[in-house]
Amino acid sequence: MSLVVILMAAILIFTIMNVVPGDPAAQLLGSEATYEEIVAKRTAMGLEGPFLIRLGQYLWNVVRLDFGTSWFYGTSIVNEIATRIPRTLFISVSHLILDVCIGIPVGIMAATHRGKWQDRGVVSLAMLFQSIPSFWLNMELIVLFSITLGILPASGIGSWKHYILPIIGGVLGGWVGSARQIRQSLLEVMRDDYVTTARAKGVSSRAVMTHHVLPNALMPVITLVGGTVGGIITGSLMTERTFSIPGVGTYMLTAVNNRDYPVVEAVTIILAAANALCMLLVDLCYAFIDPRIKAQYVSSTKKGRRPKKHGKITG
Amino acid sequence: MVKSQANAGSPVKTRRRKESQFVMIFRRVLKDRAATISLCVIAFFVLVAIFAPLLAPYDPYELDKSALLSPPSWAHPFGTDQLGRDVLSRLIYGSRYSLTLGMLGSVVSLVCACILGCLAGYFGGIVESIIMRCGDVMMSLPGTLLSIIISAALGPGYFTTLVALTVGGIFGPTRMLRGQILRERGQEYLEAAEAYHCSKPKIMFTHLLPNSISPLLLGFFMGISGTITSAAGLSFLGLGIQPPMAEWGAMLSDGRNYLRTAPYLIVFPGLIIMIFSWCMALFGDALRDALDPKMKT
Repeated sequence: MSLVVILMAAILIFTIMNVVPGDPAAQLLGSEATYEEIVAKRTAMGLEGPFLIRLGQYLWNVVRLDFGTSWFYGTSIVNEIATRIPRTLFISVSHLILDVCIGIPVGIMAATHRGKWQDRGVVSLAMLFQSIPSFWLNMELIVLFSITLGILPASGIGSWKHYILPIIGGVLGGWVGSARQIRQSLLEVMRDDYVTTARAKGVSSRAVMTHHVLPNALMPVITLVGGTVGGIITGSLMTERTFSIPGVGTYMLTAVNNRDYPVVEAVTIILAAANALCMLLVDLCYAFIDPRIKAQYVSSTKKGRRPKKHGKITG
Repeated sequence: MVKSQANAGSPVKTRRRKESQFVMIFRRVLKDRAATISLCVIAFFVLVAIFAPLLAPYDPYELDKSALLSPPSWAHPFGTDQLGRDVLSRLIYGSRYSLTLGMLGSVVSLVCACILGCLAGYFGGIVESIIMRCGDVMMSLPGTLLSIIISAALGPGYFTTLVALTVGGIFGPTRMLRGQILRERGQEYLEAAEAYHCSKPKIMFTHLLPNSISPLLLGFFMGISGTITSAAGLSFLGLGIQPPMAEWGAMLSDGRNYLRTAPYLIVFPGLIIMIFSWCMALFGDALRDALDPKMKT
C-alpha cells in the first residue's frame, strides 16, 4: 500500500514538472543557444520523446534508486541527498519526539481539569501557537537568542548549538497539535459508558484514567502522530530555509529557484516516501497495540478459533 | 436540522424557522466573548482591506531615500523598510492580498470539494472510482508540499498562488463529504425525492448537500486561518507572491535579510498574520460549538 502511494507521488511530481511552461534546456543554455544545441541538450537531459515512455523510464530509475544527476550542478542527486538527509532527519525526529512528549501530558492535564483554568489556558495557548507562522517564530527566536542575547548561533550547522534554535522553534508550534488532539480524544472516551460503569463500581479516578480511558484514547493519537509527520516534513522546509541549514529542504528550494527539476522530483519522492513509511508504521502500531485488530488477524488465519477477549478495551 | 424543516408544513413557516435558526446560531456565537471580539477584529481587517487607499498614510510603493530603514517613529509608526517604504501602508495594502488569498483559496477549495464529493458519493461506480483515485494521487503528498510544488511549477504570482493553495485543500474535504454522503444515501427523504422525479443535480445540491455539509463547514474557518499562514509561507519561500508586492509573507521574506539592523521589519507583519489567523480560529471554534452544541468540549 505504501509502495503504491510512493509510486503515485512519483507519477504526480513527474507529471507536474513536465507540464511546466517554459523549456528548461533553453533556459540553462541562455538566449544565444542555437536550435540544434537546445535539441541536443534536451536529449541529454532526457526531455525528448513521448511523455509516457519517459515516465516509465523515470519510474524504473526511481525503483533502482537512481535519481539521475542535477541539471544545474551536474552532480549525483543520490549522493547529495545522502549527505544532507541526516541533518533533516535529526531535526524532524527530535520535533516529533518532543511534540509527543510535551503534547500528551499537557493534553491529559487539560482533559482531566476540564473547564478549569488549566484547560482554558491550554486551549487558548494551543490556538495561539497554531496561528503563529512557524517561520516568523523562528526569526523572532533568532533575533532574541542570537542577536540580542548572542548565546546561540543564528544559522548554518557545526556544533550541537546550531540545532537548538531550529528544534525549539518547531516544537513551540508543534506540541499544541498533539495536545489538542489528545484532549479531544480523552474527552470523547470519558463520555463512554464503560467509564461511567467503572466509576460506578467505585474504581478510583486515577485507576479509571490509567486503565480505562488512556488505552482507548491513545489509539486516535497514534493516527494523529502519523498525520503530523506530513506537517513536520513541510515544516522542515521552512525551518531549514530560516536557519540556512544545508538539509534536504534547502536543497529542494534551491533547486526550485534554479529550475533543477530532477532534484525537485527526487526530494519530493523521498519526502513522500518518508510520509508513507510513517503511515505504514502507524498501521503496524495499531495492529500491534489494538487487541481487536490482532484478533481479526488471528481469526482469519486460524478459522474456528474464537478470538481472545480483552477486558479493558470495549468497542 | 434541515431534514426536520423539510417536513415542517407550509413554506412560509419553514422560511421563518430557517431565519430564526440563523439568528439563534448567531446569538450563541455572540454569547462567547472571545468569539465576539475576534469577529470584530476580522470585520476590522476586512474594512481596512476594502478602504486601504483611504487609510494608508503613504503610497506603499513610494521610495523615500531620506528614510531608509528608519525605526518606528511618529511619521512612520511601524518604521520603513530598506527602500524607505512605509511599513504601515504596506501592511494595510498587503491585507488585500493576504485576506483575499486566504478566503478565496478556502472558498474555492470548499466549492470544488462539494461538487466532487457529491458526484462521487451520489453516483458511485466509475465516477466515484475516478474521483477518489485522483484524490489518492493528490493526497500522496502532504497538502502544503503539494502547494509548494504546484506554485513552483506555475511560477510566482497572485493567481498561481491561489491555484496552488486551492489544489492542496480540495481532496481532504472531498473525502470527508463522500463518506458523509455514503452514510446519507439510504435515507428515506432521498427515496422520496427520487419518487417525485426530482432531477439528479437538484437531489444532489438541494437535498444531499445541505444534510451532509456540516463537518466541512466546521473545518472551513479553521481552514481559512491555515490558508493564510500557508500563503504567507509560500511567499516566504519565494514562491507565492513576491516582493516588491506588498503581501505579509513577502514582507517577512524581505525583512529576513535585515534581522540584525532592523528587527522591527518582521515584527509587525508576523504579529498581524498571527492576530488575524488567531481570531479566525477562535471564531471558527465558537461557530462549531454553536452549530453543534453536542460537540462542545
